[in-house]
Amino acid sequence: MRRNYVRALGAVGLAATMVVAAGCQDAGGGSNEAGGDGKCGGKVAIFGAFTGPNAGLVLPSLNGAKLAFKQFTEKNPDCKVELKEFDTTGDPTQATPVANQVAQDQSFVAVIGGHFSGETKATMPIYEAAGLVMVSPSATATELTATGNKAFHRVVGNDGTQGAAAVAYLKNSLKPSKVFVIDDGTPYGQGIIDEVKKGLGTVVVDSDKVQTDQTNFDATISKIKSSGADAIAYGGYTNEAAPLLKQARAAGITAKFLGFDGLYDPGFPAGAGAAAEGAIVTCPCLPAAEAGGTFSADYQKEYGQAPGSYGAEGFDGANVLLDGFKAGKSSRKDLMEWVDSYDKQGVSKYVKFDASGDVEKSKVVIWAYEIKGGQITPKEEIKLS
Amino acid sequence: MNFDELFGHLGQHTVDGLAKGSIYALVALGYTLVYGVLKLINFAHSEVFMVGTFTVVGVWSLLGATDSPPLGTLLLLLAAGLLAAALASGLTAVAVERIAYRRLRRMNAPPLIFLITAIGLSLVMSEAFGLWQGRLVVGIPTVLERDVVFSIGGTDVTNTQIITVVAALVMMAGLDVFINRTRYGRGVRAVAQNPDTAALMGVNKDRVIALIFLLGGLLAGAAALLYALRYGNTRFNVGFLLGLKAFTAAVLGGIGNLRGALLGGLLLGVVEVYAATLTQSNWEDVAAFVVLVVVLLFRPTGLLGESLGRARA
Amino acid sequence: MTTTTSRKRLLNGLSDATGGIGDRFRALPKWQRGLAFLAFVAFLYYLPLLGIPGLTWLRTDSIEGGNNWAGVLFVCAVYVLIAIGLNVVIGLAGLLDLGYVGFFAVGAYSVALFGSTQSPVVKALQERFDLPQGWAVAWAICIPIAIAIAMISGVLLGWPTLRLRGDYLAIVTLGFGEIIRIVVRNVSWSGGPHGVAAIPGPEGAPSADNQVFGLIDAKPWYWLALTVVLLLVLAVRRLENSRVGRAWLAVREDEDAAAVMGVYPFKYKLWAFAIGAALGGISGALFASRQGFIEPNQFNAQLSILFVAMVVVGGAGNMAGVALGAFLLAYLPERFRDFAEWRFLVFGLALVLVMLLRPQGLIPSRRRARELKDRAEEVPASV
Repeated sequence: MRRNYVRALGAVGLAATMVVAAGCQDAGGGSNEAGGDGKCGGKVAIFGAFTGPNAGLVLPSLNGAKLAFKQFTEKNPDCKVELKEFDTTGDPTQATPVANQVAQDQSFVAVIGGHFSGETKATMPIYEAAGLVMVSPSATATELTATGNKAFHRVVGNDGTQGAAAVAYLKNSLKPSKVFVIDDGTPYGQGIIDEVKKGLGTVVVDSDKVQTDQTNFDATISKIKSSGADAIAYGGYTNEAAPLLKQARAAGITAKFLGFDGLYDPGFPAGAGAAAEGAIVTCPCLPAAEAGGTFSADYQKEYGQAPGSYGAEGFDGANVLLDGFKAGKSSRKDLMEWVDSYDKQGVSKYVKFDASGDVEKSKVVIWAYEIKGGQITPKEEIKLS
Repeated sequence: MNFDELFGHLGQHTVDGLAKGSIYALVALGYTLVYGVLKLINFAHSEVFMVGTFTVVGVWSLLGATDSPPLGTLLLLLAAGLLAAALASGLTAVAVERIAYRRLRRMNAPPLIFLITAIGLSLVMSEAFGLWQGRLVVGIPTVLERDVVFSIGGTDVTNTQIITVVAALVMMAGLDVFINRTRYGRGVRAVAQNPDTAALMGVNKDRVIALIFLLGGLLAGAAALLYALRYGNTRFNVGFLLGLKAFTAAVLGGIGNLRGALLGGLLLGVVEVYAATLTQSNWEDVAAFVVLVVVLLFRPTGLLGESLGRARA
Repeated sequence: MTTTTSRKRLLNGLSDATGGIGDRFRALPKWQRGLAFLAFVAFLYYLPLLGIPGLTWLRTDSIEGGNNWAGVLFVCAVYVLIAIGLNVVIGLAGLLDLGYVGFFAVGAYSVALFGSTQSPVVKALQERFDLPQGWAVAWAICIPIAIAIAMISGVLLGWPTLRLRGDYLAIVTLGFGEIIRIVVRNVSWSGGPHGVAAIPGPEGAPSADNQVFGLIDAKPWYWLALTVVLLLVLAVRRLENSRVGRAWLAVREDEDAAAVMGVYPFKYKLWAFAIGAALGGISGALFASRQGFIEPNQFNAQLSILFVAMVVVGGAGNMAGVALGAFLLAYLPERFRDFAEWRFLVFGLALVLVMLLRPQGLIPSRRRARELKDRAEEVPASV
């Protein structure tokens, strides 16, 4: 009997503790200090795949943004800016709660990201509802700016413009008679190849779709051979493009290889070795020498390697917001307006957004790069006619 | 449906498929050996293969391998790569058994527990390599330039394809002889048939089990070298998909059956290439699994049935 | 071998200790058990507000770069639901299903394809039946559709494959999960690789105007998921103790004996599969509604394997166990984001250690733990 009483007391005690606990709330994380109190500076969230299998594509952008924040702090010690990293591994499942967190924490005034189109699509309604401006360095899906979302901006050309540039380059410079197109079935790769197909019309003789983590490309290579194509356009990333190109060259395919910014990545020539020689990679990013400024050298000094894919875009995206802080904007609303009317030369391109959040078409600069001696070297600017 | 392409170059696609399937078959043998004796899926075997590919990368870069070296260097590279990869994979496999399985075997744990332990271990291994080697593809020098050895009616057969298929057949035959004709093989078969009786007859079960893990690992190492020769790339997660396919191949042929693993691997390779040719490459996995389901519906224990214990019969 | 015996004793002691708590709990008078359960449920509902001094470190947003606490709890709740569904298949009926993510995907895509105004299916329906632009199937109707489609796909998969033995079933189901993902990615009527956005919730399509199930605050979503979990726990509990539940047990223990006793194994296996699939479908539907956007690559084979790990680590057969397993496997990687790149390595290590030290699972089912003990004793001395 005694023990029963003890237990009953215990249960009552537990209930009491909970009632008391409910009373004395400690807000836990998520501070609620409101931004926009007139002081210079603010807190920016950056989210993307900083770990996981696709981190290699995103880390240069993160590093670029970090570099921008570091340089800003050095130059403006009075203006307190902070960059908080939120890792999503590129998975929309993880990106959604991150968006909730950033949206609810009023101390955040802007967002850099998302880096992949999927996580961006999943989270942009949340950021829009919270009035947070998003500046994406690398989400290129065309449809992102087609839904009328007001929060989303990107400092990168979309798949449509890149596809058009590739078409122009193929038509004007390479002048192939038959083109074989391949995509990797990701929103990025498929989106860009759809644009190329549309632009080239009947010059595209055949196509194939590979898949992520595929390693054997015999069937694709046979198709390329039978098609007799003299140029290949590949929409996708390094992990599949490098083995594909290597195997295709080994199989005696000599067709010109054209890739997009997903391959603007030192890992591509490194992975494909000698096979990458002469491959063309288009990228909506200015070569370091053209960009002016010291971004490339600074990045090299800071991280011990050349800025890879989207490194310059990450830097530009951060600078769009940092310029806003410098101009005294420090609330979500002010920054949204600031970004909407931003108009300035960046490292990767001239940054000015149109009404949908894309970089104004006339300002997008797309360059063709050639792989020479294992290095991605600038070849020529592609004129969009 | 691109029937013209498939039937126009049927021979070529078959050869491509057989070469692709040979690598599946070699890895499948590892699954089948372990399953035949222990009746469990060694999920970590895929990472045993992955370790082999990275060993090839390491050894070749130590020896300063370049694209298309002279014949002498080439032979040295191949020998060193084979030796190192087989050793590394074999030891990894034995270590997997020692760390993850022995304790559970002592407890006579149900197969599900083994499966989860193996999954955990394969996650550890692939993540370790991901952290160490990066997440991007790692290029491997093309030491053996692809070369068309002979050509019949428009079907080109290349040197790497011949090497891959012949190596797979030779190793398969060697393993068959080892299991069916030697003293150790008899021990393996005894344990596969009835572990308790085998133990009573004086077979050291632990040693036999270590032996089959070692054998499976050696074969995976050899497969890793062939993979490096033919594909010229590896990555931290290269094992997952390949392991999945190899396991599918083992089940297709009849898991626990050595010849079944070979048949299943080759069949799977050919099916995949055909499917990728007929439609697009991203349908090949669907085709592989559909074939698996259809085969299992009509032959519930795979094409050749499961029979390591009765390998001779 | 003194070391092994002492280790064995230690392990037995461990399981006795935890089993002891369970026994003691069961020995309590009914009203006390009820009270404790109610207190626990109340605590679960209070969890997203967790602010008890001294416990706030549990929150995932208490760390640098931490994730939204309510948002993580929602994912945990969905995973608990999945674990409970998969437990019916693995724990109760003893069928190894490595493709459970397939049903999760079917549920999610059912809501997405019928409920979103942006889905190709809805657009085709609009065109075919001359419906207005904003038309889509209402959320409340999407959910039963999702459950029905998931259940049907469970039966369709189970019908031919359930005659296969354990390990064959494992690989076939794994293949099924992959087929679903690849087909959804490759065909255009599902939105292809671009996925489907604007998936509705209880208040309709996601928009900033939604009052309760809004975009920014995840707490209502967690409470919704928790309510569904609790209701389904009660339902599955009833099922477990019903005729069907006992039949599952019999089939799991010895299929032939069960058949001899008049329990037709195939029929009950198919039931387990269908019910498991329906539960997976519900969790998928909930998940898609909250996310508002899904893409095929979210439903990969690794996730399937994670689901199985949740069940086994927690303790197959015991609902409290699998729920704990699911919660921990969803929660720990979020709470320990500090490990960053090392997260999954540590996760794998933890998986191995738990299985080696506590193969019966964290909270084992009593029957399973006894089986394990029996098996351990069956081992001949020589080995």
